[in-house]
Amino acid sequence: MAPRTLYEKIWESHVVHEEPGQPALLYIDRHYIHEGTSPQAFAGLRAAGRRVRRPDLTFAVMDHSVPTRNRELAIVDDNARSQFEALARNCAEFGVRLFDMFSRNQGIVHIIGPELGLTQPGLTIVCGDSHTSTHGAFGALAFGIGTSAVEHVLATQCLLEFRSQPMLIRVRGRRPRGVTAKDIILSIIGTIGVSAGVGHVIEYAGEAIEGLSMEGRMTICNMSIEAGARAGMVAPDEKTFAYLEGRPFVPRGKDFQLAVDYWKTLATDPGASYNKVYELDASRMAPQVTWGTTPGMVCDVTGRVPDPASFADPQQQKAVQRALEYMGLKPGTAIMDIPVDYVFIGSCTNSRIEDLRAAAQVVAGRRVAPNVKLALVVPGSRQVKAQAEREGLDRIFTKAGFEWRDAGCSMCIGMNEDVLPAGMRCASTSNRNFEGRQGKGGRTHLVSPITAAATAIAGHFVDVRELDVDLE
Amino acid sequence: MEPFVRHTGLVAPMDRVDVDTDQMVPKQFCKLLTREGYGRILFYDWRYLPGEVPNPEFVLNQPRYQGASILLARRNFGCGSSREHAAWAVRDYGFRVVIAPSFADIFYANAFRNGILCITLSEEQVEELFRRTERQPGYRLHVDLPEQTVADDAGLLYRFELDSFRKQALLKGLDEIGLTLEHEAEIAAYEQARRPSAQLYAEPGEVDFSLPAAS
Repeated sequence: MAPRTLYEKIWESHVVHEEPGQPALLYIDRHYIHEGTSPQAFAGLRAAGRRVRRPDLTFAVMDHSVPTRNRELAIVDDNARSQFEALARNCAEFGVRLFDMFSRNQGIVHIIGPELGLTQPGLTIVCGDSHTSTHGAFGALAFGIGTSAVEHVLATQCLLEFRSQPMLIRVRGRRPRGVTAKDIILSIIGTIGVSAGVGHVIEYAGEAIEGLSMEGRMTICNMSIEAGARAGMVAPDEKTFAYLEGRPFVPRGKDFQLAVDYWKTLATDPGASYNKVYELDASRMAPQVTWGTTPGMVCDVTGRVPDPASFADPQQQKAVQRALEYMGLKPGTAIMDIPVDYVFIGSCTNSRIEDLRAAAQVVAGRRVAPNVKLALVVPGSRQVKAQAEREGLDRIFTKAGFEWRDAGCSMCIGMNEDVLPAGMRCASTSNRNFEGRQGKGGRTHLVSPITAAATAIAGHFVDVRELDVDLE
Repeated sequence: MEPFVRHTGLVAPMDRVDVDTDQMVPKQFCKLLTREGYGRILFYDWRYLPGEVPNPEFVLNQPRYQGASILLARRNFGCGSSREHAAWAVRDYGFRVVIAPSFADIFYANAFRNGILCITLSEEQVEELFRRTERQPGYRLHVDLPEQTVADDAGLLYRFELDSFRKQALLKGLDEIGLTLEHEAEIAAYEQARRPSAQLYAEPGEVDFSLPAAS
């Protein structure tokens, strides 16, 4: 058999039916749903008199609009409340397991999938959310879908999908101190651009990727969509197996060994070919800060806001011009001279326990700067929150002046009350700096958790490599 | 789904690269339970001043583009969030065709599933269409799906590529779920054949699915 990539192996083992020139009928092993993009899918199912084919492979959670403050209080947002009620009703009627907002396993769908061991190597995983690419960190094929496709999977446990092209991004070298997984993925997007991945599934490999924890690999795969890719993946290895062992949905005992034996066969065969290959060197990377309104508008923390005229493409010049107007920034301004009003540590990109530990290390014994109006820490899941509290991280944050909240998507998307006000500038560990993403008129700068933490303390962006703190 | 065969319509230009779906339907409108009525929402923050007063600066608010049904766009149109609300809004506003040099994957799939024809042309061809649209008020295009062509009244004629599956689905207004259900026997056989790898489908240990009183 010809050598195959990780992506091709998973794809081929899930094709139920295929005809030349047609999309394949692809079997789906895990379907995650949430309140935001599923109500219309259930309505469609009901209208057509269809059932959920595999409720046992379907998992629901409330995350996008959940309050991160006192959840006992009634939800005042009528639309959000209707969505929660609809999800609870739909799950009850169709027999789908639901982690509602009071479950101790509740959290952002892309945090709890891996945490519960639902996400495993070799699986096909979909969710009505573009950051489903996160789960590819385990060597799964995971991608976001629209609501019509959610309905399709509910009804058939399959999707009609065209095969993507495999792309390899090899990141050589060792990460310097203070350069995190977030900085690596922002560097990648800054280098290849926000549409380089269109039509592709990215496999990340190389020393710097192998050296990352599972949390770091999830951060990398999470933002594959920001490079335009359908999905991002990392070959499973011993770190993957160690992370999964003992988690609730992961097979135990002899079954676990059988699963590991299978997972070990998934890595790309030597000699397999990719449609596109990019090579980057982590040892030359610096902490990153976005200055514009796409994740590709990014530079080193030691850099300056660019001049639109410095871009060759006239369309890009216009886009940069518009972005700087929106962001309220002047060309030539040093990134480290930009003060911030808000700091948000959270989202499916950076709200896992490792992220909170790293941020807490920077914050410990210090105070949030007076010009910072609100500094928020929103754990990705209630399990992460509980773990952080066992370790005393919550007290480190609150003593420094951060607010410590309950789990959810929160200010990454601002569907609950955690909205960035117009004109306010935010250092955020989330994934999108689009216009209005965190709130209409809000100005988002994407950064790593340690850069966000250090920025909260200083009141402006800082180079974490200069800090007298134990960084990995 | 509503079939699409041929369409003639007024062209409106959206002269920005990387237009993301957050701009098409901002988050606060993703909390509704229906697929209808998103036309009013399309490009909300760009289109309206406070109080939902139309912003005269915004291109779609200009009198010459009222009634447009073909949207001319730049590369990577529809990037970002998977929200199908964006496609619902584009369609409900009245667009049946979007023309761009490239589309983000998820938006592209969502659009076709809602009867919107996404036409990919070269950067040069799209540039030419922008020039003609801006130069000539009332500029219209004729789109022919069976022939896979875009034409104007001045003799411009571009051919476009489209996979045969999406072409047929649009021409006939096919329901994808209905198509898949025709393969029910194969799906069942696939599930049966995968039983030996049952170790991948462990029943959960200690997991809380219930609705306990909050701690």
